[in-house]
Amino acid sequence: MSTVARFQIDHVRFLDPHGEALGPLPDFAHDPARLIPMYRAMYLTRSFDAKAIALQRTGKLGTFASALGQEAIGVGVASAMLPEDALFPSYREHAAQLVRGVRIEESLRYWGGDERGSDFADARHDFPNCVPIGTQVCHAAGAAYAFRLRSEARAAVCFLGDGGSSKGDFYEGLNFAAVWKAPLLVVLSNNQWAISVPRSAQSATATMAQKAIAAGVEGVQVDGNDLVAVHHVAREALAKARAGGGPTLIEAVTYRLGDHTTADDASRYRDPAVVQEQWSFEPLTRLRNHLVKLGAWGPEKEEALARECADTVNAAVEAYLSTPPPTTAAMFDHLFATLPAALAAQRDEALRFAPRTAGGQPGGDHG
Amino acid sequence: MAEINLVEAVNLALAHELARDEAVVLLGEDIGANGGVFRATAGLQQRFGAGRVVDTPLAETAIVGTAIGMAAMGLKPVAEIQFSGFLYPAIDHLVNHAARLRNRTRGRLACPLVVRTPCGGGIHAPEHHSESPEAMLAHTPGLRVVMPSSPARAYGLLLAAIRDPDPVMFLEPTRMYRLFRQEVVDDGEALPLDVCFTLRGGTDLTLVSWGAMLHETQAAADALAAEGISAEVIDVATLKPLDLPTILESVARTGRCVIVHEAARTAGLGAEIAASLAEEGLYSLLAPVQRVTGYDTVMPLSRLEYQYLPSVERIVAAARKTLEAS
Repeated sequence: MSTVARFQIDHVRFLDPHGEALGPLPDFAHDPARLIPMYRAMYLTRSFDAKAIALQRTGKLGTFASALGQEAIGVGVASAMLPEDALFPSYREHAAQLVRGVRIEESLRYWGGDERGSDFADARHDFPNCVPIGTQVCHAAGAAYAFRLRSEARAAVCFLGDGGSSKGDFYEGLNFAAVWKAPLLVVLSNNQWAISVPRSAQSATATMAQKAIAAGVEGVQVDGNDLVAVHHVAREALAKARAGGGPTLIEAVTYRLGDHTTADDASRYRDPAVVQEQWSFEPLTRLRNHLVKLGAWGPEKEEALARECADTVNAAVEAYLSTPPPTTAAMFDHLFATLPAALAAQRDEALRFAPRTAGGQPGGDHG
Repeated sequence: MAEINLVEAVNLALAHELARDEAVVLLGEDIGANGGVFRATAGLQQRFGAGRVVDTPLAETAIVGTAIGMAAMGLKPVAEIQFSGFLYPAIDHLVNHAARLRNRTRGRLACPLVVRTPCGGGIHAPEHHSESPEAMLAHTPGLRVVMPSSPARAYGLLLAAIRDPDPVMFLEPTRMYRLFRQEVVDDGEALPLDVCFTLRGGTDLTLVSWGAMLHETQAAADALAAEGISAEVIDVATLKPLDLPTILESVARTGRCVIVHEAARTAGLGAEIAASLAEEGLYSLLAPVQRVTGYDTVMPLSRLEYQYLPSVERIVAAARKTLEAS
């Protein structure tokens, strides 16, 4: 008998849950000018999240998927991306999207039932939210192939969840990118729950990161609630991808502090006491404590940030609520580059019978 | 001028577009060194390199899935699914992503993708190698579905499909790959999508078909002509969106219509055409519309496949029925 392969999975963490450094930190982690924008993005994500849920509860938004507790992953990864990179998010990655330049009012339009929410004014190359599970890994692998073929120093970054790792698309996309040595970063936000199915019922593997090994891809596990660790591994993975080193899988271990979506009630299937306990690991407090230790943060700055984020979110909500309703014609006009003649009569019919309330109210809640 | 068969015409069109537009890439199983199991891509990897003619791992989901990412990022991928019976793992990507990326982003992103796949029976192939999935695909808003029935139309329609800014399913009837040769000029002239082609004029009835079934349909028209019956033959070619005006105009003159397709009958495209004739052409009909189709059975293995495939006799019988009706 001989051993043909061995593997190990590193777990990366720099800050403990109280924000204490566990050892030497990467350079950027000493630099408030680098950290504060990321703290701000996490704070803004959480402010947006809370407002979106409130809007849904008051009938002004459709079903919404909260990112509560997972802010460090999207922010840490997206802050390591270049503008010309492309993001392939799941439906729970507004943290990453906000850093990429997606506007809060755009996100609200999307969740409010309006396709215009995915017509990002900035981040023009980023994919819209991906609702089918795991499929975006394949899209990102193909995008990465295009970048490599044209010798562009761009990378594709996709996000999925622990449930998504059970899909064939996840392995197939990773496998294709590995064979192609394509500049791809796959970020698996392991928040321990796929709606009601816990991590333990999702996979028998000790880590999600090791699923990369089967594709010949480097897999690394990171504390997903430690912004410093997430940002550090994402920077390394993206540098490797740009240098022709191929894809990386990052498993970011976190915890879904909220319900799956506003249509879900997680108390039906998980113990609130466990959720409460998980709050002591959440990412904002951790980074804030670190900033305080650096002498770069205090109550005044925190209050100012809270006010600023509230103002930003409120302005976005106003912009969202005052968005003119979508036109009936829009569902035909973007189906193809040019509307086929065969569809003209259906378009006319839709316009003729369009109710006076065409476009519906913002929200159009279904959950 | 060279006479070539349908699969050679596919090769010619692919080569033309690879040479013309550096954004065009081919990907699929065995398409590179091997030139494709039907030789559709023979010699192309040698000419254009392994970066643009890509032998992929064996996974249909990711062939189409990665092609979507390529398309959205500015390439013009032409993905080959080796047989349409193996297309089903990629349906999720076609229906949920390729067909709606433009609409979902209100035009910000698009998916100029072609998926080529051989379809249909009649070549004594193994199980799952003789499928006719066109109606499933045509039911998906946002997808174009095209099926050529001759070398010249394969060349011209494939050029059009590759140049189209939206996803096109290009179904190639395997039985036609080497059935006959035809002069094809490699002039880069695309044929129009979204239109039917009238292959022969006629006055007594209209035969509507597509793909390999046009072989039987044309033979049926010959047999009818021998009896003094003049049948018009229409090749639908683009199955979605459907060029109904051409069919309506023909039926307005002939008053009779037989629709022939190899795919199973129920909810097949014959039903769509017949329903459209009922809605918009009823008063020009002199007889009930007839359908000659594959049965609502599983496509049989090779020993029974010709019991399944519509025959010239079945088409002639249906034509007679329309003629006897009034």
